[in-house]
Amino acid sequence: MDLFELCLLGLLVVCGISTCLSRNLLAALVIFMAYSVIMSIVWVLLQAPDLAITEAAVGAGVSSVLLFLTLKKIRDIRKKDQDEKK
Amino acid sequence: MKRSDLKSWLKTWDAGEFDFTAEMGKTEPEKEHPGSASEHPWKRRPVNRLEEGEIWAFRRIYPVAAALLCAVMIGFLLLTVEKLPPFGRADNPAHNQVMERYVEKGMEETGAVNAVAGVILDYRAFDTLGESHVLYTAATAVFILLLSLRGQKEPEAEKRIMQMDPLLRSTARIVVPLVIVYGIYGILNGHLGPGGGFSGGAVIGGGLILYATAFGFEKLEKLLNLRTFRIIVLCALCFYSGAKCYSFFCGANHLQTIFTTGVPGRIFSAGLILPLNVAVGIVVACTMYGFYSVFQRGRI
Repeated sequence: MDLFELCLLGLLVVCGISTCLSRNLLAALVIFMAYSVIMSIVWVLLQAPDLAITEAAVGAGVSSVLLFLTLKKIRDIRKKDQDEKK
Repeated sequence: MKRSDLKSWLKTWDAGEFDFTAEMGKTEPEKEHPGSASEHPWKRRPVNRLEEGEIWAFRRIYPVAAALLCAVMIGFLLLTVEKLPPFGRADNPAHNQVMERYVEKGMEETGAVNAVAGVILDYRAFDTLGESHVLYTAATAVFILLLSLRGQKEPEAEKRIMQMDPLLRSTARIVVPLVIVYGIYGILNGHLGPGGGFSGGAVIGGGLILYATAFGFEKLEKLLNLRTFRIIVLCALCFYSGAKCYSFFCGANHLQTIFTTGVPGRIFSAGLILPLNVAVGIVVACTMYGFYSVFQRGRI
């Protein structure tokens, strides 16, 4: 296993743990996207290009967009609640 | 703890506004600030000994229990991993006659240069049929759930801000055509190289989402509204089921049809794989865009 793969695997672990530990949900999502991108590179190195394309498109693209939208919806609801309290 | 109290407490907990340190440090209710007390209903009551115990348990025991549970689960999984045969050894159970058959005769029998496409859409097409129905059921459930929220309005100001952003628009103008063409290439090339229906469809869906974010839903609505969405998805799934069920009905005996195996390496080869890839790709692209649309504005 060469240095590049070791770096990628280390980054995967770091990204996974910091996704769980980050208090800011937006930051957690961005780290999760980074995790997916690194994972797709790992798939290419494991000679699974089919999976790499899917991981990049679904993991880093569509699912992150959906999670971003969910976050936005939650913030809207909270803002509405606060407005009503005022 | 009364039921209504518990409910309000859970609500503040859900909203992430529950402050444990304040709750722990305080034994007497704060009577000096009636204004702040009305904002937080759980601050109004004095915290009695029983509730203090509950909060203590929540704060101290739950994290420890969660950590223990995680450790036990990780331990079990690692024990299982230890039992697995080493990666890539020749006498592993996965290296049996099935794999040899797929590798040696796959191209000849399915006509697909990409062995993965040959396996998932020809040898194991029945599994893939089931999978796509699972996906379709899940997508239907999501649509039922989110389409029932109909009537909520898009925030107009925010929409305009998004669409006025010159950076997003000019980037999208360059990127979207490339993304969609790459997705189409992935679908049509699925039996020749990496790609295939799902990944190509997901790439196209991503391109459509980017377009909708940058230029608004109105232009896309001419192409894809709820009616066309339903028709497209239903036709593609019916085609998939029909095409594969015909093959299964005949005992997977590869009867002569118009879809022949052809010359491996050409676009029009590999029998049913190319049309099935196209069907799957269309369904996935529409579903991805549909998810985004119902998440964003509650309708397609």
